[in-house]
Amino acid sequence: MTPIATSEPADITVNPLPAAGVIELQNAVIRFAGNSQDGIQTIGGFLARLAGRSSREVMTYMTIPSTISGGPSIFQVHLGSGEVLSAGDDSDFLFAFYQHSYDSHIGSLRPGGICIYDTDHVETIKSDINAVHVGIPITSTTVEALGGSSRERGKNLFVLGLVTQIFKLNKEKIVSLVSRQFGGKNEDILRNAMVAFDAGFGYPVGDLLGVEYELQQGRNAGVDKVTTDGNTAMVLGLLAGGVRFGSAYPITPWSTIMEQLRVELPKYGGLFVQAEDELAAVAMALGFAYSGRVAVTGSSGPGISLKMEALGYATMAELPLVVINVQRGGPSTGLPTSVEQSDLMQAIYGSHGDCPRIVLAPKNVADCFYIAVEACELAKKYSCPVFVLTDMALASRIEAFDQPDLASYVNEPVLDQAPRGEEFKPYPLDGETRHAPPGTVMKGGTYPVVTGLEHDEWGHPSGSPAIHQKMTERRRDKIKAFGESLPLPEIFGDDSGEILMVGWGSTWGPVREAVLRFRESGRKVGAMHLRHLNPMPNRLDAIFAKFDHVVVVEMNDEGIYGYGQLATLLRSRYCDPKIRSVCKTDGLNYKVRDIIARVEVASLQA
Amino acid sequence: MSATAETPKPLTKKDLTADHPTWCPGCGDFAVLAAFFKVLEKLQIPHEKICTIAGIGCSSRFPYFVNGHGVHFIHGRALPFATGVSLSRPDLHVFAFGGDGDGYSIGGNHLDHAARKNVNLTYIVMDNFVYGLTKKQTSPTSPKGFKSKTDPTGSIDQPINPMKKLVYGGASFVARTHAVQVKHMMEVFERAILHPGFSVVEVLSECVIFYPGAFDDGNPRKGGAFELIEEKKWDNSPEDADRHDVSDENAAYRIASLQYPGKFGVFYETDRPTKNQLEQQWIDSSREKNGNASAADLLSARFASMK
Repeated sequence: MTPIATSEPADITVNPLPAAGVIELQNAVIRFAGNSQDGIQTIGGFLARLAGRSSREVMTYMTIPSTISGGPSIFQVHLGSGEVLSAGDDSDFLFAFYQHSYDSHIGSLRPGGICIYDTDHVETIKSDINAVHVGIPITSTTVEALGGSSRERGKNLFVLGLVTQIFKLNKEKIVSLVSRQFGGKNEDILRNAMVAFDAGFGYPVGDLLGVEYELQQGRNAGVDKVTTDGNTAMVLGLLAGGVRFGSAYPITPWSTIMEQLRVELPKYGGLFVQAEDELAAVAMALGFAYSGRVAVTGSSGPGISLKMEALGYATMAELPLVVINVQRGGPSTGLPTSVEQSDLMQAIYGSHGDCPRIVLAPKNVADCFYIAVEACELAKKYSCPVFVLTDMALASRIEAFDQPDLASYVNEPVLDQAPRGEEFKPYPLDGETRHAPPGTVMKGGTYPVVTGLEHDEWGHPSGSPAIHQKMTERRRDKIKAFGESLPLPEIFGDDSGEILMVGWGSTWGPVREAVLRFRESGRKVGAMHLRHLNPMPNRLDAIFAKFDHVVVVEMNDEGIYGYGQLATLLRSRYCDPKIRSVCKTDGLNYKVRDIIARVEVASLQA
Repeated sequence: MSATAETPKPLTKKDLTADHPTWCPGCGDFAVLAAFFKVLEKLQIPHEKICTIAGIGCSSRFPYFVNGHGVHFIHGRALPFATGVSLSRPDLHVFAFGGDGDGYSIGGNHLDHAARKNVNLTYIVMDNFVYGLTKKQTSPTSPKGFKSKTDPTGSIDQPINPMKKLVYGGASFVARTHAVQVKHMMEVFERAILHPGFSVVEVLSECVIFYPGAFDDGNPRKGGAFELIEEKKWDNSPEDADRHDVSDENAAYRIASLQYPGKFGVFYETDRPTKNQLEQQWIDSSREKNGNASAADLLSARFASMK
């Protein structure tokens, strides 16, 4: 390690700078590493939003400490003019705010990458690594620009100005985004933000770098994309799907969904209640559902465990409920701000008794919207609980995507209180479940009681062995029928050949990118992604048969018998010993190169 | 709608009667059911607007015995379920029923929160001081020394005081009655139903199988005393000074602290906004602020703001 003098705008670089000129980039992975209160998420968000406005693809990745305030935090933005499928294995540019940020993240820089660090806080840099170091007194320059009164606030906007300059980003668009964000607040705040931004934008970083970078323009130039995170997309999907009522209890990383629903639903004439606990939350949501409209509850890890009894009731009474599980690391309190996919079995089997329900998982941020709409439709159509398994990675990462065609997705909920005739049966053995919500006149004079006891077609409690058998079959068969209606998933890459990778949830992008890289090296590899996990589409064996190896990639433990949760289900469904597992539980997203290496090893085992 | 407007038939006890209760002969809950029917008959609530909700327990079977829209939910969670119904359906009359185990033990926390939120519904607790459905275990209201299958040498834990719990929780109408006093029971049921907000009636309802004689002290026919709370008449008479001011929370605690069997009647009653009203105000102002826009327009605007 070499001690660095920090008095001057440092021009010390360990490696020679690239030759002068303009370097065109198709993709750029930029990592900001600082503390959680530095507002690096804010600038990451601006860049993502800008990418959406510049027809570029974008994906972000962030880590948030689970401490109350403060602690190391990163935000990584992957900007690209082609399809961006992962947040990037390595970063091309690293902005290090502190010594600890530098020490922890310099390893994430690709060989020859650029590290811009704050000389006010980073005192020692590693001279032995292959990276270009550019030191800038970020803190003191910002403080100076702002008149010295604002402590360290505004560093993030200084850095945003730097980034805008380095990548020749559209300054006008960035400024309009910043104005929109801060414009509603006190005038001084916006003024200070712009002063800090301009200081960064005007800083002579070009002299230090010696080169200019230019990101290529994306396809479909001129069509602005929507830029948001998965939890927000989920909220919008629920609103579009016709959810007007819900209840939940706060827990990370679910809370941002309920916070938004609490504010949004009244605009739609609806209501979201913060309940006293998870048990009350699911009960209240079922009260809403019983009252005649699809409702939502949600949580993460521990909260979902607490809801399980009432979710069994939802299956038994056949009430339309959407349950969002923003998965995090478990068991117990586990890793509250890390990503994991270890709640699949719980979603499918987690309540006592034979308790079938529908389980879906979105593949990316845009899909959070579509899957929420689908969940609402399925809950209504099959009158049952529908689980949506999203995760910490999708919850917080930002992506740009095309705006959904709202005309095809917006549903206004209808409260069906048409009087019911004498023949009314809520649970006909030969037909779909149709409740008579309270307020409905029963022409036959007999009113229905909805119960968690086993019951006959009319809903009357029954302990008859034959009834329990038939009703168990009825609840199972309607879910099974949905499975039969599902088309086979499309195969990405080769539809036959050497290796088929199977994934679900947020690993969609990295698995897809792994396929591309495999194929670039001449391998015949494909990927199948499951959005419907219970029931799954049928006849997947026909797809498996076309590959030498089937490797399921998921973020959970391989368990006692050596297979991850989806792999276990697929093996039990298809009895195919060729199905192997690649699992991990380190709380981080898969890197594409790790998928490739481990899929290679797993396929050699079979 | 048919051209000839039908005059609704008056609601009768016969219309409301459903399955014959499965309660044991002599159970206090029969009288509670009969009193409930009579009050509904008197108030003539539209049949389809009646919604009864219960959790698990002997008394929680109540919805099966009322011919009306009903819910037999899971143990302890009747109140949050009923909260969902009440908040989303202001047109309904929502009733929750249950016992001491369902309401004060497994569901005890929900009771506090439904009370503080002042959810518009009526909750009737049939308190028998014992777990009946599971055949004689100690309940949260079992007195010290009560011998049960879980306390064969006598209960050692201090019982909760339901009336204090209800008042401190924030219930806006709190009353206590006795299942053998049908006339009194009907009076407080009626007042509870007409009260806007979270109204609770605690009914001492004897389990003749597992705790016979539990409430004889409050039954004059068994040698006990059924002492009523005398409410203030606000008539400036000298006697009125000693009468109970139902809006006085401390006075309610004092009555709740009396030695068993204590007094019967309305302990506390206050008029404060219900959660239903407060949420509706927020809905109305949010709708207005957004120009009463349709869902499609609201979503379009939201997506536009994210570009």
